Amino acid sequence: MAAAAMSGPRLDIAIEGKRFDFLPEPLLERFELKVEPSSVVALVGPSGVGKSTLLRMVGGIDTLFSGSVSVDGVPAAAAPPAGFVFQDARLLPWLTALDNIRAVRPETTAAQAGEMLHRVGLSGFEHYFPHELSGGMQRRVALARAFSVNPRLLLLDEPFVSLDRTLVREMEEVLFALIEQSRPTVLLVTHLPEDAAMLADRAIVLAGRPARITADYRFTVPRGERSRAEREAIASQIAASVAPEETAAS
Amino acid sequence: MLFPSRLFPTPIEVGAHVWTLATTGKLLPDLGKTLTRAVIAFVIAMALGTAIGIGLGRSRVADRLFSAWVVVGLNVPAIVIAIVLYIWLGLTEFALILAVVLNKLPLVIATIREGVRSFDPAYDDLGRAFRMPFLRQLRLIAVPQLMPFVLAAARTGLSLIWKIVLVFEVLGSDGGVGFRISVFFQFFDIKGIFAYTTAFILVVFVFEYLILRPLERRVLRWRQPR
Repeated sequence: MAAAAMSGPRLDIAIEGKRFDFLPEPLLERFELKVEPSSVVALVGPSGVGKSTLLRMVGGIDTLFSGSVSVDGVPAAAAPPAGFVFQDARLLPWLTALDNIRAVRPETTAAQAGEMLHRVGLSGFEHYFPHELSGGMQRRVALARAFSVNPRLLLLDEPFVSLDRTLVREMEEVLFALIEQSRPTVLLVTHLPEDAAMLADRAIVLAGRPARITADYRFTVPRGERSRAEREAIASQIAASVAPEETAAS
Repeated sequence: MLFPSRLFPTPIEVGAHVWTLATTGKLLPDLGKTLTRAVIAFVIAMALGTAIGIGLGRSRVADRLFSAWVVVGLNVPAIVIAIVLYIWLGLTEFALILAVVLNKLPLVIATIREGVRSFDPAYDDLGRAFRMPFLRQLRLIAVPQLMPFVLAAARTGLSLIWKIVLVFEVLGSDGGVGFRISVFFQFFDIKGIFAYTTAFILVVFVFEYLILRPLERRVLRWRQPR
């Protein structure tokens, strides 16, 4: 199958230092992470630890740091744009679902954008404005937009935040199917171990300031074959590695 | 009759007089002159004001340097600007239009500046994440965010222009609705004043209902109905 033959890029992250003026200590320092092609890696950790910042660096949005982030050997800022999904749907409210997909990549034809919407289960909603769609549908449009920009590299920043569990399950199924079809490299930022247990091949737990990797789990059972009990075991394993105060808070 | 009809003409009399002035008088050329002045001043003020407003909204340094002048411009009486320009430039068409532009400009600048300040930075991130070229970001992200403010500036600006064009025409011009009303005033011709005012209001309605509102509906159709 052509889709199965595709593979996502390799990511090499080597941050010397990343600071913000309002923080007394660097957010990231001497931080290294390598992500294999077509793997789904979850970045788990407490709020403010630097997960989203790391994602923005890989996406080439944040370039104010020392060190290097490369996508298949190309500096992230010069690499083709990644399929980025923000914490909110971030659709342009003045464009329809179809035009939101086409806005970020003019080469995408109306037919291709329509096909992407079909893949996320939104056939028939092409000409709806964002305010006419539910929150879950807006997230699916955002996912379709990300996939249409770059089906090889997906950067997901808490894509399920503020959705109820039913909608999360629905979104995970859509995402799961897209990942299986296109085999992209995925970096998934989440604070919920359950999301990592459902979708990831590998989970990296971040903690402290500067952030460091406190746990790096590689799961032997493929994500599609995990039973409910196995997913719960993985989630418990990850949760135990997250800072105790964060576990108590969540 | 309680009121003398010479000072309080009936709507029918005014309507008939509008027809007479339009067919045999100078109503249409006068309306044409006033409209031309208003439209030229409107276009120049909107274009200049939008450009300067964007500049002040984006640059704090520029805003610090020039915001006091915007406040001055917003508050200096319109008549002062007109009189000064008439003294400097003479009773010319150029002086009249420039006076109208200078009166409207600060309002457009202030409105557009607030519009630019209200831009959602999250959309800038979106543009960066997907590497959208500058012109594309301008067209698809900046302009739609600015449009409600441009329309607000257009509407308030247009109402201001209608009023001050007429005042400046009274002050010094060779024709136009304001000039003719000042002539009627000298003869206490209330029927003529009402006839010109009625015709003028009809033109304003045409602008409002045939141009501004359809444009607003089209440009802002994405907004959630309230």
